[in-house]
Amino acid sequence: MVKNWKKLALGGVIVLVALVPLMTQRTDFLTWFTLILLYITLSQSWNIIGGYAGQINLGHVAFFGVGYLAARYLWLFGVPLPLALLAGAVAAPLLALIVGAPVFRLRGVYFIIGTLVFAEILKHIAWTAIPIASVLPAEYLTAYSLVPRYYLSLIVAILAVAVVYVISKSKLGLGMMAVREDEDAARTSGVSILKCKLSAFIISTALAGLAGGVFAYYATGAYAGSVFEPIWTFDSVLIVFVGGAGTVIGPIIGSVFFVLLQQLLAVYLPGGFHLVVFGVMFILVVLYLPGGMVELMGKRRR
Amino acid sequence: MVELLAQSFANGIIIGALYGLAAVGLSLIFGVMKILNIAHGEFLMLGGYAAFWIFTLTNIDPFLSLPLVAIGLFLLGAGIYKLLFSGVARLQGELRMNSSLLVAFGLCLIIPQVATVLWTGDERAITPVYSGTAFEVLGIRFGYVPMAGLLVAVVVTFGLQIFLSKTYFGKSVRGTAENWKAARLMGINVDRTYLLTFALGAAIAGVSGILVGLTQVLLPMVGMSWTLKALIVLVLAGMGSIGGTLVAGIIIGVAEAVSHIFIGPYAIVVGLVIFLLILMFRPQGLFGKA
Repeated sequence: MVKNWKKLALGGVIVLVALVPLMTQRTDFLTWFTLILLYITLSQSWNIIGGYAGQINLGHVAFFGVGYLAARYLWLFGVPLPLALLAGAVAAPLLALIVGAPVFRLRGVYFIIGTLVFAEILKHIAWTAIPIASVLPAEYLTAYSLVPRYYLSLIVAILAVAVVYVISKSKLGLGMMAVREDEDAARTSGVSILKCKLSAFIISTALAGLAGGVFAYYATGAYAGSVFEPIWTFDSVLIVFVGGAGTVIGPIIGSVFFVLLQQLLAVYLPGGFHLVVFGVMFILVVLYLPGGMVELMGKRRR
Repeated sequence: MVELLAQSFANGIIIGALYGLAAVGLSLIFGVMKILNIAHGEFLMLGGYAAFWIFTLTNIDPFLSLPLVAIGLFLLGAGIYKLLFSGVARLQGELRMNSSLLVAFGLCLIIPQVATVLWTGDERAITPVYSGTAFEVLGIRFGYVPMAGLLVAVVVTFGLQIFLSKTYFGKSVRGTAENWKAARLMGINVDRTYLLTFALGAAIAGVSGILVGLTQVLLPMVGMSWTLKALIVLVLAGMGSIGGTLVAGIIIGVAEAVSHIFIGPYAIVVGLVIFLLILMFRPQGLFGKA
């Protein structure tokens, strides 16, 4: 019975969210919702590698950026949008396997700084190699509407959440969590460390690439370097930890909270100040509430 | 061409010493406490702005305000350690490393925003009257300020080296770095050693920040790139060699400066690629113990 209620509620939420463009024409609302959905995808993709498999990947933006570049230029070149998105979702894990593989062999803190530097290399190359912003051509701009962007973000976000849900219920997900808790103990218990890390890595980067593709469709103009800025990674990490790392619902709550706070604070405070609020919350979560907001709600219910 | 090469080489040594000094503070904290303070660059940035403030408001020469800034950052470091890191430092092994890294990461988000409010997002530099002056040797230009910066970097590094190897407190630091449990059993106050080490690392970051303000530009967002530079140098040098860290910094500086002649703006990638190669093939670094 409870399960049915949950399903019903979930269906209700999805229908309600799907109806948003019919209920409001205000571009600011639509932009917020689109951003929330984009952040859900991006943070869920980080959640797989960082939350479930416990690998603090600070170079996640590299895969978002590559997904963006592949999808953006193919789409503007005339390739149909779904194919361009797919190309982005494939390019990211490919990059991960070819160039990222050595980095991902590293363990512990060396993994963390290795990934950070890996993304930093790509950022510098992107800023230097493509110094001109990519702006949509005039015929695209006149036809620009937020509604299809909104629905694309919605579909991709639902996909990302579904993937994370399936992982969380699967044997693979259990293996990832075992790796997160104690790599040596997991190995002794017969978990294939390589398989778990590699699958987490591939699924995570593919979703990040897809998120990059969504942004490629959404952005009217963007510098290639700006989609490689570490802030994308940092936002995802913040959202996942504040929402609740290694949970399905955590990054969703985190994304809603993050984007709304960002937009509201931007009205009253100097730009970027939401990061101070979030930074303080983040430190508090790391020190005192490792389960994030999800844990907080669970505690209140009990 | 030869002249250009020599000039780039000289510039590389000067900026490299600055990379090295930035890494020395990071290396000290990492080596002793097994905490990776990725907010190190933020301390550096704060130190630079502190000197900028002192210079523009009171007109005190930045080289004279150096000890003041160092003391200020020392206190700030001690306060931040007490408030945020003292609990994390009690954890063990990988958990300590990861939790402390995340706390420092939170600081990386907060401090630049606070700095933007205090000093705006405009580029700042500390420019005393003598800042543009230079002398020439064999056709190579040496600025007085960068040379003084090089001197400061060398003095601070070797001062720290002597402090760690010759004083009683230095001994307790090295003991704690070696094995903190054994050190505690020997009667060393590990908590206090950690506190002072962290504060000392922040103070060195502050001094590097002054040099950055004198020879480069200051921006609220500049911290992360200096943390990265320091990380690269740290990994290249390996643990446990303070002097080696300075040398590694100079290697990176020269590699970047010289490669700039050949590959232009991509030179910044050179240091990063060196970093990844070292990380993969010689994880103990050039001067570290295997």
